Amino acid sequence: MDFSFTILILALPLFSFALLGLTSKSLKADLAGYAGTTSLLVITVLSYLAAWRYFGGGDAEAGFGTTIAMNYLWLNFTDTLQIHIGILLDSLSIMMLVVITTVSLMVHIYSLGYMKGEKGFQRYYAFLSLFTFSMLGLVVATNIFQMYIFWELVGVSSYLLIGFYYERPSAVAASKKAFIVTRFADLGFLIGILMLSFSTGTFDFDALTSPTGPVISQPAGSLFMGLSVTTWAMLFIFMGGAGKSAMFPLHIWLPDAMEGPTPVSALIHAATMVVAGVYLVARLFPIYAMSAPEALDVISYIGSFTSLFAAVIACTQLDIKRVLAYSTLSQIGYMMVALGVSGYGGEAGLGYMASLFHLFTHAFFKALLFLGAGSVIHAVHSNMMTDMGGLRKYMPVTHVTFLIACLTIAGLPPLSGFFSKDEILVAAFEHNKIIFAVQWLVAGITAFYMFRLYFNIFWNRTPEYHHAPHESPVTMTLPLSFLAVASVFAGFVPFHELVTSDGKAFETSFHVLVALPSIAVALVGIGLAYIMYFKQNERPTKLAASISGIYTAAFHKFYIDEIYIFITKGIIFQFISRPVAWFDRHIVDGTMNLIGNTTVAASVVIRRLQSGKVQLYIWFFASGVLLLTLYMLLQ
Amino acid sequence: MNLSSEIPLQYMLVLSTLVFFIGLVSIIIRRNLITMLMGIELMLNAVNINFVAFNHYLFPNRLEGHFFTMIIIAIAAAEAAVAIALIINIYRKVGTVSVDDIEELKY
Amino acid sequence: MTGPKIIFYILAAAIVVFSVLSVADRRILRAAIYLLFVLVAMAGLYYMMNFQFLAAVQLIIYAGGIVVLIIFSILLTSQINSKLDPPKLGNLLLGVITAIGGIAISAVTIVKYGFTPANQPAIEPTMRTIGHQLMDTSEYGYALPFEVIGILLLAALVGTIFIARKT
Repeated sequence: MDFSFTILILALPLFSFALLGLTSKSLKADLAGYAGTTSLLVITVLSYLAAWRYFGGGDAEAGFGTTIAMNYLWLNFTDTLQIHIGILLDSLSIMMLVVITTVSLMVHIYSLGYMKGEKGFQRYYAFLSLFTFSMLGLVVATNIFQMYIFWELVGVSSYLLIGFYYERPSAVAASKKAFIVTRFADLGFLIGILMLSFSTGTFDFDALTSPTGPVISQPAGSLFMGLSVTTWAMLFIFMGGAGKSAMFPLHIWLPDAMEGPTPVSALIHAATMVVAGVYLVARLFPIYAMSAPEALDVISYIGSFTSLFAAVIACTQLDIKRVLAYSTLSQIGYMMVALGVSGYGGEAGLGYMASLFHLFTHAFFKALLFLGAGSVIHAVHSNMMTDMGGLRKYMPVTHVTFLIACLTIAGLPPLSGFFSKDEILVAAFEHNKIIFAVQWLVAGITAFYMFRLYFNIFWNRTPEYHHAPHESPVTMTLPLSFLAVASVFAGFVPFHELVTSDGKAFETSFHVLVALPSIAVALVGIGLAYIMYFKQNERPTKLAASISGIYTAAFHKFYIDEIYIFITKGIIFQFISRPVAWFDRHIVDGTMNLIGNTTVAASVVIRRLQSGKVQLYIWFFASGVLLLTLYMLLQ
Repeated sequence: MNLSSEIPLQYMLVLSTLVFFIGLVSIIIRRNLITMLMGIELMLNAVNINFVAFNHYLFPNRLEGHFFTMIIIAIAAAEAAVAIALIINIYRKVGTVSVDDIEELKY
Repeated sequence: MTGPKIIFYILAAAIVVFSVLSVADRRILRAAIYLLFVLVAMAGLYYMMNFQFLAAVQLIIYAGGIVVLIIFSILLTSQINSKLDPPKLGNLLLGVITAIGGIAISAVTIVKYGFTPANQPAIEPTMRTIGHQLMDTSEYGYALPFEVIGILLLAALVGTIFIARKT
């Protein structure tokens, strides 16, 4: 099977980034938008073609193998240190290609309407292309080093897009925050890469993750603090993944990242980039499962805690994009939990499959939620829930699609969210009852806060609008409708046959004992939201007052930002940076100044030789020549 | 006529050495630019004697030294012309031709 | 003592004495005239070594051209009767010591070095030979240096006019 055309999937967005970035304002805004969208349409078609060929050509029973479409020796340092760059296609990366290109295409089309008339429209599309390029490069990386390069590129494009409205100080601060926090996490990733490749001697995913390969079957023996080197390396690598996927305690950048344009939030901070951490763990899953089970436990606990923590905060936020941001955190927590409780191969790999299944469905319904929120913001010109209400009359398409998305994320059958979440709960149920209980509770909270959002936007009281809100243009409602359809039907994709931990299909069974309670808790959450927010009433205020301690803490996001500020400003700056700065200014600079001053002083002395007396120069010259002659004669 | 039977080559070379170093002394001790130029002419001529003597004594079958001397004379003429133009210009601007008074470019 | 020897000694004595005088005399015009004598004596030396054409060139260019130029510039820049400043003692010492050292080194080297005498037959530097070789482009031809010198003289001429013109 020939997959060489997949190089175009990387080349086209890079080309359109270069084109749009270089021509910039000399290109008409509309033209730039259409050019970017067209290039993405082509990429999407190519990705679908790749998926069709890959899944059509393989046999589900025998399992899908790994195809290296291209592998080019890029940096040849030594015989043992070589870095390749190439394209790796397996069921995981193909699935990611489909998700990324689909959501990205929707966002491109949507932005044609949403960003119309914005300053820097061409720049926006150039950055979108750059992001798409880096994200696609990340998922098709053949080795961990290439992945790291694209990982950083993704970070940069995220930074650029969050800071798109660079006149706004809050956007600049948010972009810096996102960049610094993820960079800090990437430090861990880099350390992990170095440890892993040092102990295994390879960067290639193929060699690293082959279950029968030397890396897994002959693990490095040495221990550090009771854990093997591989476990430590995998923990550090997970730190990088936790940074990009905004796992607690590195989650603080994601809510602030909502300063970027809403379609960007939908693309980067909901559907694609933030799941890079999940993708990273999934990509290295055989090592996690077989060589570093302790790391996997850590992942499941962190994921579980983050999902609960973020869900509680989401119930109190008033900015609708922030609600969605915390909801994203919570859902990624689900994916991490599923990976954490999974085993490798066959039935045991249920969690792995469930995690990627949830990644797949979540991409559609979360992008739909963000784009719907963008549509609302576009109409109301405000992010705040308090400025909205009763919008169902004005924006029917947005209303219906948003309702579908809410039902999907709440996990009601037969929508896609139900299937993927159900698989996760089954996997957790079989592995760890406590985690199952937490995730079950979170499912209820999710339903509650999503419908709180829904009722507050589309029902409740209707405030005084300055001008009547109107439905968004067709470029915005079309992606909404498409994503709504995808959200409804994505659950019927036979994931257990396509994307599994060892590439082989396995049978999943329907657990009534898990499914019924989860539907029940979702219904309870919806019911609570209905009671409190369907019509304007005093109940929410009363409830908030009765649990004011928790409510205030959650409203202030449990003061995590303040703790960060205290640690960085109060401790690190005060007790580490200051002495270091003093050392730098006085000792390091002092040494340099000493050298400089000595040179100046010496030159003051030496310059007296240059007396301006030509005859003295001639004498120096002549006697020098004579001395040299004498020296050579005497040799 | 060949001088080699009458006068050894060394005599010629020692003579040119004497003239050369006398020219050097002139450059070092005299502060007038024109006198220094005269010292340079002396040194050039000392070198010319060398060329001519080597040609005559050691390679009489060629004319290398002869042509070198001719070229040196031509260059000396050019050099003297340019140097004197400079000296006159300096005299016009500064009012003196003493090297001790022309030292603005020292540092 | 044969004729050539006598002539050589006379010329050598004239060259050395007049060059010392031209350096030592504090009256600058006289120094220039002594230089003229040195150059004329050198022309005699060339003549002795059978380079008549070179001797003529020396007389015409040095004695007739450069010395006249120097004298003109002396007359332009100083009074005829004015004397040069006496040399500074430090400079005098430095110069003389260096010169004596240099003379010693060179003389010892020259005397100790064994020159290989010529064994080829001499050619007569007639005007015809000189002219042909000066315009020759084959081996031992000097057409290129001749042209380059021509350009150099032109450049010097233009440069001199530019430098010395009244601004």
